[in-house]
Amino acid sequence: MRIVVDAEKCTGCEACIESCPYTAIEMREGKAFINEYCQFCRACMSICPEGVIKEVLEVADTQASVSDIEGHRGIWVFAEQRNGKVAPVAYELLGAGRRLADERRTELCAVLFGGAKPEAEGLIHWGADRVYFSNARIFGIFNDEPYSQLLFLLIQEHRPEIVLAGATPIGRSFFPRVAARLGTGLTADCTALEIDMETGNLRQIRPAFGGNIMAAILCPHKRPQMATVRPRVMKRGVFDEEKKGEIIHVDAEGLLSRTKLVETVKEVSGMTVNIQDAEVIVSGGRGLGDPKGFNLLEELAGLLGGTVGASRGAVDAGWISYRHQVGQTGRTVCPKVYVACGISGAVQHIVGMQSSEVIIAINKNPEAPIFDVATYGIVGDVYEVVPLLIRKIKEIRGQQ
Amino acid sequence: MDYFLTEDQLMIRNLARQIAEERVVPVRQELDEREEFPSEIMKILAQSDLFALFIPEAYGGLGKGILEFSIAIEELSMACLGVSTSYAANGLGTYPLLLFGSEEQKKRYFPDIAAGKRLVAFGITEANAGSDASGIQTTAKLEGNEYVLNGTKQWITNGGEAEIYTIIAMTDKTKGARGASAFVVEKGTKGFHFGKKEKKMGIRASVTCELIFDNCSIPKENLIGREGMGFIVAMKTLDQARVGVGAQGVGVAQGAFEEAVKFARQRVQFGHPVISFQAVQHMLADMATEIEAARAIVYAVARYVDSGARDITKESAMAKVFATDMAMRVTTNALQVMGGSGYMREYPVEKMMRDAKILQIYEGTNQIQRNVIGQALIKEAAKEGKKQ
Amino acid sequence: MNIVVCIKQVPDTTEVRIDAETNTLMREGVPSIINPYDMHAIEAGLQIRERTGGKVIVLTMGPPQAEAALRNALSMGADDAVLLTDSAFAGSDTWATAYALSKAVRKIGADIILCGKQAIDGDTAQVGPEMGEFLDIPHISYVRKIEEVHSGGIRVQRLMDDGYDIVESSLPVLLTVVKELNQPRLPSLKGKIAAKKAEIKKWGHSDIGAEPANIGLKGSPTLVKQIFAPEAKKDRKLLYGTVEEQVDALVQELRGLGCV
Repeated sequence: MRIVVDAEKCTGCEACIESCPYTAIEMREGKAFINEYCQFCRACMSICPEGVIKEVLEVADTQASVSDIEGHRGIWVFAEQRNGKVAPVAYELLGAGRRLADERRTELCAVLFGGAKPEAEGLIHWGADRVYFSNARIFGIFNDEPYSQLLFLLIQEHRPEIVLAGATPIGRSFFPRVAARLGTGLTADCTALEIDMETGNLRQIRPAFGGNIMAAILCPHKRPQMATVRPRVMKRGVFDEEKKGEIIHVDAEGLLSRTKLVETVKEVSGMTVNIQDAEVIVSGGRGLGDPKGFNLLEELAGLLGGTVGASRGAVDAGWISYRHQVGQTGRTVCPKVYVACGISGAVQHIVGMQSSEVIIAINKNPEAPIFDVATYGIVGDVYEVVPLLIRKIKEIRGQQ
Repeated sequence: MDYFLTEDQLMIRNLARQIAEERVVPVRQELDEREEFPSEIMKILAQSDLFALFIPEAYGGLGKGILEFSIAIEELSMACLGVSTSYAANGLGTYPLLLFGSEEQKKRYFPDIAAGKRLVAFGITEANAGSDASGIQTTAKLEGNEYVLNGTKQWITNGGEAEIYTIIAMTDKTKGARGASAFVVEKGTKGFHFGKKEKKMGIRASVTCELIFDNCSIPKENLIGREGMGFIVAMKTLDQARVGVGAQGVGVAQGAFEEAVKFARQRVQFGHPVISFQAVQHMLADMATEIEAARAIVYAVARYVDSGARDITKESAMAKVFATDMAMRVTTNALQVMGGSGYMREYPVEKMMRDAKILQIYEGTNQIQRNVIGQALIKEAAKEGKKQ
Repeated sequence: MNIVVCIKQVPDTTEVRIDAETNTLMREGVPSIINPYDMHAIEAGLQIRERTGGKVIVLTMGPPQAEAALRNALSMGADDAVLLTDSAFAGSDTWATAYALSKAVRKIGADIILCGKQAIDGDTAQVGPEMGEFLDIPHISYVRKIEEVHSGGIRVQRLMDDGYDIVESSLPVLLTVVKELNQPRLPSLKGKIAAKKAEIKKWGHSDIGAEPANIGLKGSPTLVKQIFAPEAKKDRKLLYGTVEEQVDALVQELRGLGCV
C-alpha cells in the first residue's frame, strides 16, 4: 500500500510536513508529495485539514518470479523447548498451523531441537504430521548459532512455504538469523495469520507504533514466509491421542557455537517482571487493608502469567516496593489486562493505566471512580472475589 | 516570554531542565523528608558539566557568566530548592577565589571544582555575626609560615559535604573593617571539624552545619588576596551570588505556579474547574505577572554584571530582594489556590512554600538588602547633588 | 576496542494516540527521539569503553534529519558518528536494514556491536540478530548485565522469561540490550558543545558497497499491505449477581481474552 496526497485537491497549506516524524513529505510545485521515507504511520492523514491524503492499496500482489517460490510446500512450526519440555506456545502454533495447512492443502510439520522422544510424539498428537527431531546434546540448552544453523539447513533441504515460531526470548533471538540467511521475510509478534485465497500468500497481521496501529504484512516474493507469534495469542488445536505421524531424526554434526551458556538462573516470577513489559498486571491499593493482600494478588498474577502492580497508597503504606507503583508518580503501563483490586481510581492512578486494553476493577465501593474506566467491574470484597477467581482458574487449567 | 537567549544559554537551560525533571523531581519529596544531602544529584550535575559553568576555561571550566549560572539555578529551583541551594552554594564558595585568588590557588582548586569532584562552601556567618558581619570573632593568627584559625562558623551550607571552604576570619581586631581576611581551608585539615547539622523548616535536602576551628593551622599560601581584604572579598562575593538567589526565587515561584495551574484545571467544584473562577484567575494572573517581572530583573542584572560593570551592589540587591519577596508571596498563593490539597504533603507546593522562606533571609536578609539599596541611593543622590 | 552502537531515530510512540473517528495517528507535537532501548545501548558502549578503552562509534540509517540523533549520542560522550543516508535505503524492511547496517559496520570495523532490544515504532527486535548473521558473528539478545568484558571475550546475563542465562562469547560479538542493563547518562555541556561542532561521516549505498538489489524497497522481502486501527474498546460492563455469578462471568471474559 502507499499513502498518497491527492495533488489536485491539495491546498499547499503544508500542515502535513510538520506532522511527519520521518520527514517523508516535501513540497513539489506547491503541492505536498509523500516520498519513499514514508513509514505508514498516517499522522499526516489525521492532520490534513482538507482530508486529501489517502491510503491506496496496491491493486494485486504481483506474482513472484516463479522460481523463487515454486516447490515450497508445507507449514512448519518451530517447537521450542526449555528444560526438556515443549513450551505451550508450540501447541498454540500447531493449532494455527493446522488451520493454515488445511487451507493450503499441505502438511504440518514441527521442528524440535532437544528434549526427549515423548515430547516429539506429543507434537504429533497436537497436530503435526511430521516432526524433525534432534536430541543431540548441543541442543539441550538454547544456543543461537547451532539452532539457526540446523534450522537453516532443514529449511533449505525441505523447502517449506511457511515457518512459525513463538515470539519468546528464544524465538525472537535466533529466528531472525535464519531469515537473514535465507534472504526471506520475517514478521514479528503476529496477532493473526490468514491465507489470502487469491495468491496463496500468508497475510501476517501485527501491531506497530507501540500497539497504536495494526499492519498487514506480506512476503510475496520469497519463501519461506516466516513469522513469530506471541504466547497466548493463538488457540491450541485439538489433542488427538490417536493421531499418527512421522518422527524424523535429523543429523546434527559439525555445528559450531561461538557462545557458551555458563549457567541458568531462575528467578521467582511475578514479582520480578518489569511491570511495563507485563501483559497482565494485578494491582492492589489501600482497599486491600493489609499488606498480606498482595500475596493473594501475586497468586492471581502468577496464574494469569502477569505481575503485580500497586497504587501509590499501597506503596506509601510500605506494603510493597516502589518498583510496582503504577500511576502519575509511578510507572505508566499498558498491559493487555489490568486488574485493579481495592484501588479507588484516583485520577493520579488512572493516568498510569488507562490505556490498558481491558481493565477489571474489584472494589467494595460502587461509587469508586475506578468503575468509570473499567471494562468489567465487580462491586465486591477483594478477599471474596479473588480467592474464588483463583480457584476457578485453577479448575479450568486442571481440566485442560 | 522570549529573553533572546543564545544557543549556548538555551542548551544550558534545556540540560538543567532535563536533569530537574528526570532526576530531581522523582526524589525531592524523599530528600526533604529524610533531610538527606542529594549526593547522587550532585554527581549527575558534575557529569553534566554544570559545575564548570562558573570556572574559567583555562582551568577546565566553561567560562560562562552569571546569566548562565542563574539559568541553571532557576531550572533546578523549579524542581527543588534544597538541590539548587546545594548546587548554587558552590558558586558562592568559589567567588572569593574567582575574584581575588592567586594564579597558584586557581590552578590548585579550579579543575576539581569544575569537574564537580570537590564541592565548595562559603563561611562567614557566626552565632554573633549574621547581618552584622563585622562582628565575626573567628581569628586567624599568623605564626611563622602558617595561619592558625580559631572559632566557630554557624549555618554553613554544604558544611561537611564540601571539601573546599572559603572562610572569613579576623586577622587584626584593631583595624575594624580592615581587620578581616579570607582563607581557603580544606576538609581534613587538622583542627577543622564539623558541628551539629541543623534541622530546618525548608531546603531540608541542603545540609547546614557548624564549622569548628580549633587551632587549625593552614599554610600562609591559603590567604586569599591580601590581609585586611576579608570584608571586601565577602561583599564582592555576595554581590555576585545575590543574582543567583534571585534566580532561585524565580525558579521556585515558577514551579509552584505551574502546580497551582495544573491543579486548578482539574479540580472541579460547583460543577466547574476552579480555574474558571475569577478569584482564582486574578490570583494566578498576579502570580504570573510578578514571576515574569522578577525573571526580567534577574536576567537584566545578570547581563549587567556579566558586562563587567564595576558597581553592581545596588542592582544585585534589587534583583535579590524583589525576586525573593515575590517567591514567598507566589508560593503562599499557589498553596492557597490549591486549598486543602495544597496543604497536604502529597503535593509539592507546601514544600515549595517552606523552602521559599529562607530566600528572604540568607545571603543578606531582605531588610539588609533594602539598607544596601538605600545607602546606594544616598550615594548616588550625593554625587548628583555635588554636580549641581 | 571498537565499539559500534546502532541507533534509530523514532517518533515517541508512547505519546501517540489514535484518532478514534478517522482511525489515524495523532502526532501533534510528538518529538523525534533516540529509540529508548538504543539509549541503553549507547550507555553500555560508554561504560564498556570506561572498562577497556577504545572508541565508541554511533551508527544510524535514516533520512538526513537522523543526524540530530547522532549528535545527541555524541553529546553523551560517543567519539564518532556515521550517518547512512541515501534515498536508495528508503522503504527498507528489517532484512534490508540489517544488510545495509552490516555493510557499514564492516567498513567501520567493530569488536563489539550494541543494539537496543527493539525500536518502538517497528517493534520487531529483528535487526540486531539479523546483523549478527550478515556479519557472521555470534550475537546475544536481551542482555541485562555485562559481567565481564575484555579484548578476549565477554560474559553477560541474558534475560529469559523465568530468570536469566549467563552466556560467554568470543569477540567480535553483537549484543541487544534491555532497559534493566543501565540508566543512560544525561548529556554533558562539554559533550553538547563538542557534538555541535563534530563532523559526522555521511555514507550512501555506494560508499559501503551495498548492492542496490538488497536495499530499500527492492531489497525488502516483506511489504506492508495495509494499515488499520486496532479494535475499539468494548463498552463498560458491571458484573452483577452473587460473588459466584460475578466471578463466573469474569472468568468467561478472561477466557475470551485468552488469559485462561
